[in-house]
Amino acid sequence: MNTDLGTVSTLLVYGAMACYMIAMIAFAIDVSALGTGAAKDRRRRAAGIGMSLTWLAVVVLAAGTLLRGLAAGRVPWANMYEFTLMFTFFLTAIFLGIQRRRDIRYIGVGVTLLSLLALGLATAVLYVDADGVQPALDSYWLVIHVSVATFATGLFGVSALLSVLQLIKGRGRDGGSGASAGGVAATTGTQRGSDRPDAFTERPGAVSVSAAAAPSAVVDSAPAGAAPAGSRTGVLSRIVDALPAAADLERIAYRLNAVGFVAWTFTLVAGAIWAEHAWGRPWGWDPKETWTFVIWVIYAAYLHARVTTGWAANKFAYFALVGFMALLANFYIVNIFFNGRHSYSGL
Amino acid sequence: MSTYHPEGLKTAPDPGEQPPSSTPAGPRLGLRGWLRWMWRQLTSMRVALMLLLLLAAVALPGAFFPQRPVDPNGVIQYYRDHPETAEVLDSLHLFDVYSSPWFSAVYLLLFASLIGCIVPRTIAHARNLRAEPTRVPRRFSRFDVRSELRTGLSPAETERTLMAALGRRYVRRTGVEDRTTASGSQVQVRTISAERGRGRETGNVLFHLALVGLLVVTAWGQLVHYRGQIVVVEGRTFVNAPLDYDSFDTGAWFAGESVEPFRLRLDAFSSVFTDDAQPRDFTASVTLLTPDGAEREQDIRLNHPLETDSTRVYLSGNGYAPKVTITDAEGEVAFADSTMFLPSGDLFYTSNGVIMAPDANGGELQYGFSGVLLPTVLESPEGDPVGSVYPEALDPVMVLNLYTGDLGLDDGLPQNLYTLDTTNMEPVAETGPDGSQTPVQLVLRPGETVELPDGLGTITFDGLPRFAALDVRYDPSIPWMGVFAGMAFVSLMASLFLPRRRVWARIAPGPGGTTVVTAAALARGDDPGLRRELDRVLSPLGQMTKENS
Repeated sequence: MNTDLGTVSTLLVYGAMACYMIAMIAFAIDVSALGTGAAKDRRRRAAGIGMSLTWLAVVVLAAGTLLRGLAAGRVPWANMYEFTLMFTFFLTAIFLGIQRRRDIRYIGVGVTLLSLLALGLATAVLYVDADGVQPALDSYWLVIHVSVATFATGLFGVSALLSVLQLIKGRGRDGGSGASAGGVAATTGTQRGSDRPDAFTERPGAVSVSAAAAPSAVVDSAPAGAAPAGSRTGVLSRIVDALPAAADLERIAYRLNAVGFVAWTFTLVAGAIWAEHAWGRPWGWDPKETWTFVIWVIYAAYLHARVTTGWAANKFAYFALVGFMALLANFYIVNIFFNGRHSYSGL
Repeated sequence: MSTYHPEGLKTAPDPGEQPPSSTPAGPRLGLRGWLRWMWRQLTSMRVALMLLLLLAAVALPGAFFPQRPVDPNGVIQYYRDHPETAEVLDSLHLFDVYSSPWFSAVYLLLFASLIGCIVPRTIAHARNLRAEPTRVPRRFSRFDVRSELRTGLSPAETERTLMAALGRRYVRRTGVEDRTTASGSQVQVRTISAERGRGRETGNVLFHLALVGLLVVTAWGQLVHYRGQIVVVEGRTFVNAPLDYDSFDTGAWFAGESVEPFRLRLDAFSSVFTDDAQPRDFTASVTLLTPDGAEREQDIRLNHPLETDSTRVYLSGNGYAPKVTITDAEGEVAFADSTMFLPSGDLFYTSNGVIMAPDANGGELQYGFSGVLLPTVLESPEGDPVGSVYPEALDPVMVLNLYTGDLGLDDGLPQNLYTLDTTNMEPVAETGPDGSQTPVQLVLRPGETVELPDGLGTITFDGLPRFAALDVRYDPSIPWMGVFAGMAFVSLMASLFLPRRRVWARIAPGPGGTTVVTAAALARGDDPGLRRELDRVLSPLGQMTKENS
């Protein structure tokens, strides 16, 4: 194995961490400016710096991951360290991808912080030298199953950050009534059993209520004006007021979760096929399999809750957050502390 | 039922609340009513959601406690470590979570709920698929996405253009309305009602049906499957027959015919390790012998099982099986065979095993050797073997202790093949220079013969063949699982990503020979592409004159 390439790869990862660090500070300055009462339509120079550095970070990280793969002579996602590189890459890339169409720079702090923490943990604790893989992992399913899992993790990560923002934004305003400004309540339609499947109601289903609250479908230029200013004062409330409407955040989070759920389903199915090839059974309730299934069920519950009557947006945001926490537990806790056939952490 | 509470609505009674029939004034439900009520509750979205969460909750304990079907040794270890709590946990089925009554109850209820919901929905959807799109709404003003424009084309041409622009994804119907204009004259207004995205509900229905299918075929597979496990030493052949296996599990509907008649010979086993003892490859070269006399050579590796018509053979483990020849005090050969040594789980294949010679001395004084195999020995400066340093057999050494007496094989009790039952045996000791008695330690390298103490005979280390542990599995449900899983995946994507849209248009003759088109679009759920879609449909007619969004 080429150790020189491995060393360069590690250096690039450190470089990406440095970029994330500065980007995080820049994003934090941008957000804190709101707290001092800066105009919402001001020129956000700090956010611009943060975005540039996040782009730099993702490029450097991609290069580091690529070199890691070259050094090991295989795809660079065969152990926990490399899995972290991959999902951090996807997390950032997805953030940047959405940012090209909608302004979600407010979660820049979260994205960079999460990336920094994940990479820090990876380099400090999970690091292993670039090397080949054990025979159990030597399969083309490694390429398919794990890469999609990292992608899904990235999607759920961005979505969870949006959900956090949505909860902050919607807090205190929800009051249990889904129809209030922040809430995205399902008021009509899509009730199971007695429901007409073609319930193309005039106010169709779950999310339509938001149309009343946020007339603009575009989140650009933060339709903070649409949100009732409320009586809150102080730094925090000024920041919260500048955030996009909770309904908009919820909508983006939902779309990410929907794609993430499909990716996770694929991970599950591909994993079952691989397990059939490797271990002679598609499903065996190995701890990792169990957790993966539980995460799948939590996100399935999220998707169902979203079309169930009487559920306010805040509630299913919590579902998504619980799902993401289970995802993190599945990676950090199950891999290391649970004994199962997925114990490939290399630690 | 006295009052109808649609399930899932906030106003519906909580299942935990007092049932309506217990209030004295209310009419009695009766058995039928109760069953109806329970069914309605079960198939409601709220209960389904609760069951989903419950399923997640009850699946988790299996990740925390060792599960008997997966890790039986873990359960035994747990019993040893926590003798007082293990009993309690076991009585709660926490070592068999996935076959426990409570886990089964949750997923069966969930599937009952799913079926109860999805079957009526499937029927309704099937009816709906044949139905025509709904009528054009009277007023468009209540829709967020709508447009109005004027075109030089005639109404008939306009209608043709719009129909073409809609494309084949839309099912559509056209109609004619008579309207009285402000001036009192009658005009004919053409209408178009188009709808796309019925595949979304189709996907939704198919996804849930696929899940039911998955559950059914899995259950069927559990009933008819068999699984045999066997350990084979290089050069040996085994028969795919229940009796030949070390362990053989079957489902309740297992039929003997499903056992394919073949024999399998392990020709060779090889492994590749890196310099720091990380495994890189394991290959079992086998020959498959079928009754028609055909032979097929193949390599079985991890991730690459051997596939026959209906059976798959997996490589699940490996180790060393030293071949020894033992002669007894009379000089007769008491034992000559390979014996499997169990790798202890370290990187270097330090393996433990027991060699038994029940025929020694005509069975009067049986020999039992217990010891360790070191594939690549590390020796102390004094030349004593201290451990293994590499998994491959570069410099193998066997270190054995000798016991004599009765091996206890004749009383019919099952024995662990890797530990010696020394109840009726005496360790053979040797007297040191200082007169102390120490158990005799026999150190052997391949090809070496060692004299047993006290004229008990000899032991020869003939060679070190390897063994492979093979899993033979028959489960006809696997391809069906693949079919249903694929179906679930595709239909899930349809149900989440196919946009469900309706487009309506009114085409009325306008002043000066022009034609006025008003159009509106509606989507189910959140659909940011709706505006673009309406614009796309109307674009062949030219510039918009008025656009509301």
